[in-house]
Formats: sequence, structure tokens, C-alpha cells
Amino acid sequence: MSPAQSTTEKGGWPQPQLAFSRLLENRTLLGFLLVIPAEAILLIFLAYPFVLGLWLGFTDTLVGGEGEYIGFDNYVSLLQDSTFWLVTYNTFFYTIVAVILKAILGFALAIVLNRDFKTKGLIRAIILLPWIIPTALSAIVFWWLYDSTFSAISWSLIKMGLINYRIDFLGDPNNARWSLIVANVWRGIPFFTIGLLAGLQTINPTLYEAAAIDGAGSWSKFRRITLPMVVPLLAVVTTFSTIWTFGDFQLVWVITKGGPANATHLFGTLSFQRAIPGGHFGEGAAISNFILPILVVCVLISFKYLRRED
Amino acid sequence: MEDKELLPGESEGLSRRDFIKTGLAGAAAVGIAGMPLDALAQRAKKAPPKEKPAGPPVPPELKVEKDAVLRVLRWEVFVQGDKDLFNKNTKKWEELTGSKVMLEYIGWEDVRPKAAMAATVGAGHDMVLGWHDDPHLYPDKLLDVTDLATYLGRKYGGWEPVCPKYGINPKTGRWIAIPIGGPVNCINYRESWVKEAGYEKPPRDIQNFIKMCKKLKANGHPPGFALGHAVGDGNNWTHQWLWTFGGKCVDRDGNVVINSPETWNALEAVKELYETLIPGTASWLDPHNNKAFLAGEISVTTNGISIYAAAKDKWPEIAKDMNHVNMPIGPVGRPTELHLFNQAFIFKFTRFPNACKHYLTFMLEEPQAAPWINAMIGYVGPSLKAYKNLPVWTSDPKITPFRECIANMLWNGYEGPEGPASAAAMAEYIVVDLIADACVRGKSPKEAALIAEQRLARIYKKKVAPKAVPKEKKA
Repeated sequence: MSPAQSTTEKGGWPQPQLAFSRLLENRTLLGFLLVIPAEAILLIFLAYPFVLGLWLGFTDTLVGGEGEYIGFDNYVSLLQDSTFWLVTYNTFFYTIVAVILKAILGFALAIVLNRDFKTKGLIRAIILLPWIIPTALSAIVFWWLYDSTFSAISWSLIKMGLINYRIDFLGDPNNARWSLIVANVWRGIPFFTIGLLAGLQTINPTLYEAAAIDGAGSWSKFRRITLPMVVPLLAVVTTFSTIWTFGDFQLVWVITKGGPANATHLFGTLSFQRAIPGGHFGEGAAISNFILPILVVCVLISFKYLRRED
Repeated sequence: MEDKELLPGESEGLSRRDFIKTGLAGAAAVGIAGMPLDALAQRAKKAPPKEKPAGPPVPPELKVEKDAVLRVLRWEVFVQGDKDLFNKNTKKWEELTGSKVMLEYIGWEDVRPKAAMAATVGAGHDMVLGWHDDPHLYPDKLLDVTDLATYLGRKYGGWEPVCPKYGINPKTGRWIAIPIGGPVNCINYRESWVKEAGYEKPPRDIQNFIKMCKKLKANGHPPGFALGHAVGDGNNWTHQWLWTFGGKCVDRDGNVVINSPETWNALEAVKELYETLIPGTASWLDPHNNKAFLAGEISVTTNGISIYAAAKDKWPEIAKDMNHVNMPIGPVGRPTELHLFNQAFIFKFTRFPNACKHYLTFMLEEPQAAPWINAMIGYVGPSLKAYKNLPVWTSDPKITPFRECIANMLWNGYEGPEGPASAAAMAEYIVVDLIADACVRGKSPKEAALIAEQRLARIYKKKVAPKAVPKEKKA
């Protein structure tokens, strides 16, 4: 049947080559061979650093030195550290508030953009901008917007006569937390919008027509049709966003470096601060390992919904 | 000058303690009491007898390896003259030796992680111009440069008192880094506004300094000092403030002593100061005070020469109206400044140890160093005393105060040992946060000191100093 067979019968191809080409006919083996490059990349660039990070968390490795296994000492020590608890609070507060705001605003924007109007293609492209601008760049813009002396926001409000003082965006611990959340929400909304917009467009319009015939209002249509149809997608998008928000680093590092008085430190920034400038690789790794259980839960949730979609 | 009278006593006291700690026997300590600091430094525990300061200083004999190619990492410059002259001097050395230097300039805060990576993996740059306690994070990975330190110290008037603390590995008593100097800070002030407040210049006494700040604020020209996680500006002035009241994080043996009446006094005083500052300083990172000063929003701040340099360039009326003085002094009665501190170190893994040492010596010899330091227009205070006589320090009286900064400084982690714990304490902004807790978060001095004490106890309890190198292996 195959050209290989026919040429061999004529004595044209040597035996090993025939065996190899027969092996390639085995779908399982071929599949395995084809994924080897991808697997290798994942192993080298993801699995190895990941396992190394896990291991470092159980050692007392200092920068430039080799550490020894110390069991759970790093974790016990962190649990007794008030800064760590403050950072835990910050991280959860930041993630929960930011993700909820992003989900609500992103969903709302997706519903608006799902309507038919002129230039909708252009608007949809523009909506993506905050998402595609490098974070470090947008962080610098927010850093200026929040500047205690030169903030354009304060300046505008003063000029409009709404306030008569400059807002201390980043100097007050609570203001600083909310300011960073706003920056994160601004950056993260497009991900929700575009993701959910794709989901909205798959909903069959006849469902809405049937509902309208039955006398359903906008709210009923949203609650009974739109929401149930996009919930799996919403769950996936939310978990992805949670993972990224929980591990956020750039925004905080550029805008506040964790200040004032550690009020905006997240797991990511504290881990970096202790590992690299502080020289304590082991402890830094242990802090990032605390993120792991949360991320595993997120992955399980998204896995569940991804399967349901299948 | 006032500083000069204060300093020698300070330096000798510190150096004696330092060297007793680094292993000099008590009897030897008695024998060397009263000797100048640099001579003490060079006679550390294991220094060979031939390094006794006798006769004219002779440069170490270094046979540059054939076809040497050095990879050197340093921080991106703050003033262009630094880069121009550093490159020029490097080229001179290349022509002299036929070797090659690959210079890499990166952002100053990125040097530490990159050098640390080289130390960890045992490959990368041969030589690094790094910061603060970098060499003490991986002392056993660094080449012994005692011969260089001895020679340069003797030839150029000796090292400033703080240099041995940064350059010598306390476990071995050997130099592992050559101090270059530091981008130093002074009080930057607007002359007209300070005069308006009734002062010729900012008072050196800290209580009067606070009074002046109150008057400045009342006149609508508040001061501004960074209280956010500003690596340089934040750490420098807050440490100086704590120390000048007699507070400190740890004692000589690394025991945490932050929760003390001296610290509480420092915090009471800084709360008074904070009331006078422009709003928002709690969020300030390193660039904020420069911008605010140049915008005419603040009257007084702490900074290097960069504000003045920028003003001369673009805002001549501000340059004309601004000036500098050294940091104010509190109850301890002597300067206790902290500045960024830069030093060069060579990794043992280099294939060209002689070339590295030769290059470093060459760069710090007068024919190269003098024009280089002059070109830095006062940005980097020298660690070798002779270089305080260069014309740059008197060419403009507004630059002169920067000359004494390195002489006035203590080391980060004062009064404890340099090492992973002092690096961690600084990286975690313990002292900045201590001050911010009292000023911004409304904690009482005792509460703030308690928080700092707990954080420091964690760092100093767990983080043991780096293990000593068992025996110096002679190549």
C-alpha cells in the first residue's frame, strides 16, 4: 500500500529504513515523537525551575552559596513573621478586589461591545490596548499619575475646584493599596472583555428571540440566557486572571517597591526582595511556594470548567 | 574643620574594635594602639610581614596574562564624565597591556542580582563594581586583594575609616574588595528660603535643624525627605537619623538592640520633622525629591550632586540659589552618615586574576583616577584620602561639602558585622519602615521600635554570617 513497501519489494530501500518508516506508522509512537520538542522545552524551562524553586524553599541557600536542607524551617519562620502576614493580607485583598472589579467591569464592557454599532471593530481593538502595552510601561504612567507632587489627577481636580490639596495616592497605606488595584484593574479589564465577548458571540440569537416572544425583559434574558451560557468561560477567565493577579510583581515594584511601610508588598515582590537584594534564596523561594496551593486550586477550577466545555 | 576634628577619634575607635574582632590578639592590639587606621587595616591578622609600611610603596608585581580578556560589570553612570573617563582610562590600559576589557554598564540596582548570579554559578564577569555588602555575601568566592589595598592605601594617604569595614573579610582579615567611593548625599537647600527663615545655612545641630524646617514650612517652603522604599535616598537619611541619636539595629556582635531609649528619642524627633515635610513623602522613591526640588516645591532635601548638576544644566536660577551642607548631627555629637558605597571585587573563577588586579590598580592610580574623579564633578566621594585634594572639591564651593561624606560615614549594618544579615536588613528597609511606622502609620516610638526589633531578630537570629574560608589556598 505505501510507496515504501513497494520500493522495498523491488529491493530499492535498505531494511532499517523500512523498519523506521513502519515504526512511524504507529500513531502512538509518532505522536510521542512529535511532542518531544515541546515536552523538552516544558521540562527545561518550566518543570526544572519549578522543582528547583520548590527545593530551594526547603534549604537555607544564600546568594552565591550552597544551602543545606533545613526542612520546614523557612516556612515556620515565615509564619512567625509579622511582615509576611501583612503581605498575605495585602495579596489576598489585592487579588480578591481586583479580580472582582475586573470581572464585573470586563463583563459589562463585553455586553456593550457585543451590540451592533458602527466602528465596533475599531473600538474592540482599542479596548485591547491596556492589555498589550508592556506592564512596566503602563506602571510608569501610573507612577506619574499618582505622584504626590506632579499628579495629573490631583492637578485636574484642583483646577476644577473640586479639591484644594494634592491627593496622597501612594503615601497613605490604604490609598496606596487602592491606587495599585485601580492600575491593575485598568490593565486587566481587556482580558475579561475580549474573553467574554468571544463567549457572548457564540450564544445563538434565536434564544433571545424566543425569550422576547415569551415576554422576557433584558434582566431576565441576561440572567436566564447570557449568564448560564458564559459561566464556564467566565470561570476559566477568572481563574486565569486570579493566577496572574496573585503573582503580580511589575506594577508594585515599579510604583511603590512595596512601600509605604510594606503596605503594598505582595508575595511576588516580597519573595524577590528577600531573595535577590536580600540575598536569601531559600526564604525567597519559600515565600513563592506559599502561592502554590492557591494556584493549584485555581488550576483545578479552570481544569474542571475546561473539561465541561469539551 | 569641625568634621576633621571629630573624625579621627571615631575612626581609631572603630578600627581598633574592628581589628580586635577580626582576630588580632589582645596583646597585638595594645601594641598597635594609636596607629593610623590604614596601617592597622593593612596589618590585619594574616597579612604577611613584608606589608609593613616601610619605604616607598611598591606596586604589587602582577604579570598580566597573555591575551587576557576581562569582563567588567559596573553601574550605569550618573554623570556622563564618569563614563567618558572610565572608558578612556580603560582604553589606556588596553593599549598598555595589549589586553581587552569588555565593559558592561547596567542600572545600579541591577548590579547586585547580576553579580550574585555570577557568584552562584561560578561564571560570568571577572570583576564587578558592586554595592555595600555585596562582597560579604559571597566572601569565599572573591580573590584576595590585600596587596592592592595595602599598596593603594599607602600611596594615596590611606583609606577613609569606613573602608576596611567594607573591604575586609572579618573572618580572615584579608581584603576581598577595593573600595572605590560612593555617590554621596548632602543636605541640598535653597539659600533664599533658608535665609528667609532666619538662617545663614541649615544648622548642623539636629534640634536647630528641626526648628529651621518648622519655619520653612510656616513660610510655605516645606522640606522633603524620601520615606518610601527608596534604595538610596530613603535608606541613607533614615539610618543617619537613627544613628545620630545613638540608636542602632545591632551591637558589635550582631545582637539586636534597636528597641532602646535612643531609638525612641530618634523617633520622637523624626515625628516632629515629618510634620514639617511636604505631603506624600511616604511614597517617595529615589527620583521624587529631585523632581520636587527642581520644581521649587521643596526647600530642603538630602541628595547627591545630581540635583545641582541638573539645575546648572537646565535651571540656572535654581543652581544659583541652592547650596549644600553636610548632614545634621544629633546627641552622639559626631557625623554618622550613610551613603551608597561602591567597591570593586574580582571573582576567583576568573582566568585572568593578575590582569584584573593590574587593571584595577591602574584605574586607581593618580594619572587615571584624578581626571576621572574630577570628571565626576563631586558625585562620587573618594575612599582614598589623597583624592580629597583634587581640584574638583574646591573648584566650586557648592561641591566642597561632598568631599567629607565618605569620611563621615558608618557602614550599613552598623555596629554589627557586614554579611547576609546586614544585607537582608537593608534590603527589607527595616530602618526606613521604622521611621515610616512612626511618622506615617501613627505608631508610637515604642511600638515602631518593637516591630523593627521583631523583624531584625528574625533576620539576625537565622542568618548566620558566612562561613569562614577554611584555609586560604595559595595559588
